[in-house]
Amino acid sequence: MSILKLTASTLAVASFCATTAAARDQVQVAGSSTVLPYASIVAEAFGENFDFPTPVVESGGSSAGLKRFCEGLGENTIDIANASRQIRDKEIQVCAENGVTDIIEVRIGYDGIVFASDINGNSFEFTPVQWYRAISRQVVVDGALVDNPYTMWNEVDPALPAQAIQTYVPGTKHGTREVFEEKVILAGCEESGDFEAYLAAAKGEDDKSRKGAAEKACIELRTDGKSVDIDGDYTETLARIDSNKDGIGVFGLAFYENNTDKLQVAAMSGVMPSTDSISSGEYPVSRPLFFYVKKAHIGVIPGLKEFAEFFVADEIAGPDGPLSEYGLVSDPELSDTQAIVADEKTLGGSS
Amino acid sequence: MTHATDPALPVSTENGSLLRQDARTRRRNAAETRFKLYGVIAISIGLLMLVTLVTTIVSNGSGAFRQSFVTLDVELLESKLDKTGDRDLEQIKKVSTFGYAPLINGAFETLAAEQGVETALSAKEMGEILSKDAAAQLRDYVLANPDRIGTTAEFTFLANSRVDGYMKGRVSRDSIQNDKNISVEQLDFVDQLVNLGLIEKKFNPAFILGADASDQRPEAAGFGVSMIGSLFMMLVVLVLSLPIGVAASIYLEEFAPKTWWTDVIEVNISNLAAVPSIVFGILGLAVFINTMHLPMSAPLVGGMVLTLMTLPTIIISTRAALKAVPPSIRDAALGIGASRMQSVFHHVLPLAAPGILTGTIIGLAQALGETAPLLLIGMVGFVASNAPDGIVAGLLDPNSAMPAQIYEWAKRADPAFYERAWGGIIILLVFLVAMNTIAVILRRRFERRW
Repeated sequence: MSILKLTASTLAVASFCATTAAARDQVQVAGSSTVLPYASIVAEAFGENFDFPTPVVESGGSSAGLKRFCEGLGENTIDIANASRQIRDKEIQVCAENGVTDIIEVRIGYDGIVFASDINGNSFEFTPVQWYRAISRQVVVDGALVDNPYTMWNEVDPALPAQAIQTYVPGTKHGTREVFEEKVILAGCEESGDFEAYLAAAKGEDDKSRKGAAEKACIELRTDGKSVDIDGDYTETLARIDSNKDGIGVFGLAFYENNTDKLQVAAMSGVMPSTDSISSGEYPVSRPLFFYVKKAHIGVIPGLKEFAEFFVADEIAGPDGPLSEYGLVSDPELSDTQAIVADEKTLGGSS
Repeated sequence: MTHATDPALPVSTENGSLLRQDARTRRRNAAETRFKLYGVIAISIGLLMLVTLVTTIVSNGSGAFRQSFVTLDVELLESKLDKTGDRDLEQIKKVSTFGYAPLINGAFETLAAEQGVETALSAKEMGEILSKDAAAQLRDYVLANPDRIGTTAEFTFLANSRVDGYMKGRVSRDSIQNDKNISVEQLDFVDQLVNLGLIEKKFNPAFILGADASDQRPEAAGFGVSMIGSLFMMLVVLVLSLPIGVAASIYLEEFAPKTWWTDVIEVNISNLAAVPSIVFGILGLAVFINTMHLPMSAPLVGGMVLTLMTLPTIIISTRAALKAVPPSIRDAALGIGASRMQSVFHHVLPLAAPGILTGTIIGLAQALGETAPLLLIGMVGFVASNAPDGIVAGLLDPNSAMPAQIYEWAKRADPAFYERAWGGIIILLVFLVAMNTIAVILRRRFERRW
C-alpha cells in the first residue's frame, strides 16, 4: 500500500529530523522591536564579512525576548535577547531558576523617543508638564484631583495651538512605554506640583508604599479615547496619524528619520531631537538600548562571541558606523562596552 | 383551467385577461424585477471590490519588480585590498565591506572627472546614492576573482532606496526636505547620471530570487528565501496531512461502525475546521518547540503546525469524495468476492481520487497564505537571510514564509519596504491562483458524476 509506505517514510523523516535537531550553527536573537533594525543591520554585515552564517533576528518586544532568553540553556533557546530597557531583578531571578546564571549585559547605544505629528499640521513645542496634563487620567484643577477635563491642547497650555488632543502612545508590552511614562508623564506630574495631590490621596502603610501608589496613579493614562495605546509597531502609529490629522504619535528617532516626508517632529523642553542633542544629553527623552548574551553559549554556538564583539565594534556602533547612520545615538563609553564583551564580564559578577 | 369554465364564478373579461396584468400581478412582477436588481447590485459590488483589490495590489506592487541600477567602473586598488600583494585569500578576507566603500567613492570621483559631471558633492556623498549592498557585492566579486585585484572592472550596483524612489516618482525634491539620508544635490547628481545613461530602471530578478535584507537596504531585499521556506513547509504539510487525512477518512467512511463514538469524532473534526489558526500556533509552540524541543523558526515546525490546520479540511473533502462514489460500485466489488479493503483500494479510492486531490490542493493553498500561527513559532523578523543548502537544512534551518515575510516588510520603517510588501503579495497571489486553477482543472477533467 503506497499510502502506508508514505506514512512510514514520513515517520522516519520526522524522527530523523528530531535527532538532527541538536546541531545549530547560527546565532539566534530575539526581543525588542526597537533594537530589531539595528540587530538585523549588524547580522547582515556579520554574515557578509565572516564565514559564519547570518544570525537570525526575531522581534516580539523586550519582555517577550527576555522571557524566552530565561527559558533555559541549550540549543533550542535563544542566545541573545535584545531589550530597550535594562533587565529587571525579577527576570534575573527567573533566569537563575532555569539555569541561566551568567548573563553578559551589552549596552549598544542610545535611542531617542520623539513626538511627531502630521507634516502639514500645526507645529508643537512640548514640555513634559503639557503631556502629563493632556493625557493623564486625573489632573489637579483648582486644588482638587479630578478626571482629566481637557479636550484641546490650548486648554492645557495657551501657548499650544488650538488642536484637539489625540495621542498615540506605545502599548504596555513595549519597552518604549516605560521610558515614556517615566521621563515624560511622571516628570511632568512632579514638575507641575500635582504629585503632592496624588501623594495626599494615595493609600498605603508607610511613606514608601504611598509614594509608589502616587507614582502609579500619576502615570495612569486617560481611557476616554483621547490617548490610544498602540500595541503594534510604529507603522501602525503612522497609519493612525495619516487617518486622523490631529493625532500626535510617539516614535523612535530612527523611524521618524525614515519618514520625514510624512511627519514633523516636536521639540521637547525646547530641544529638537537629533543624534547630537541626544548624545549630549540635552534632549530629555532617551534611553539606552541593550542586548543580553548567555555566557554558557559562548563556545557552543559558533560565532556568538564574534557577533557580540562585531556588534559593538567601532566600525559598526561607533559615531560613523551604519547603526548611527540609521538613527542610533552612539555610546560615548563604547570602549568600556567593548572591554566587557571581550572579557565576557557577566552581570553583577566577575569575568 | 377548470377555474375559467366554472359557471359558479363570475367570469370577468376585464380582470381575467392574460394580456393585461392586474395590480397584483404587476406587484409580483415588480418584486421579481427588484430582486433581480438586488442580485445584480450585489454581484457588481463584489466585482468592484475585486477590481479595486487587484488594481491596488498591481499598482502598488509592480514597482517592486523593477529597480534602479547604477553602472560604474571600479578600480580594484591593490593598496586597499591586498596590502601584502601575495593574493593570499585569508589576508584579502580580512578587508571588511567597510574597507570597500572608499573604492566605490573613488570610482564616482573618477567618473565625475571623466564625464565632466558638475557637482559640489564629496566622494562620500556621491557614494551614498548607491545601495549599502554595493560594498558586499564588490567584496564577493573580489573574493571570487582575487586575480582581478589591481585592474578596473565594470559593475552594476543597486541604487539606494531613496534614489530608486526618485526614479519611480515616490520621492521628490519636496518630500526630502527634512530627510538626512539624501539631499537635493544628490538628486541633481542622479539626474546627470541618468542623462549619461548610467542609471536605469530594469527588471530585478533578485527581488524574486534573493534573500531578505536589513532595514538599511530595502532595495536589496528579495522574496526568494522565504519562497523556499514556504515550499518546504508545504512539502511537510503534504507529506503529513495527505496520508493521515486520507487514512482517517477512509476508516471513518468505509470501516468504522456507526456508533455515538464515531459521531463525536465526526462533529469534532467539523469543529476543528473552524478553529482560528492562531490557536494551532500556540499549540505548536507548546508541543513542538517547548516539549519536543524542535528548533525555533524551522519550516519543519511551521509545516507541522499548518498540518494541524489543514487536516480537517482534507478529511472533510475526502469524506465527501468517498460518499459521492455510489454504493453499487462497492456492492459489485464485494459481490464478486473482493474483500472490503480490496473494494476500497481498487475501486472506491481511484474514483474518489480527483475529489481528494482537489480538497488537498485547496487545503494547501489555505496553509500557504496563513500567517498567524507562524508569528508564534518565530518565523517573523530578520530570518530569511540564508538560502538553505540541502533538504535537511531546508527543513531545520531558520527560515520565513511568504506571508510572514510580507507582514515583516509591511511593518518596517523605510517606505521602500512597503512597495516590496505589495510585490510579495503579487507573487503570493500568483501561487494561490495557480493552485486553485489546478484544483479546478483536476475537478473538471477527472471527476465522475453519477
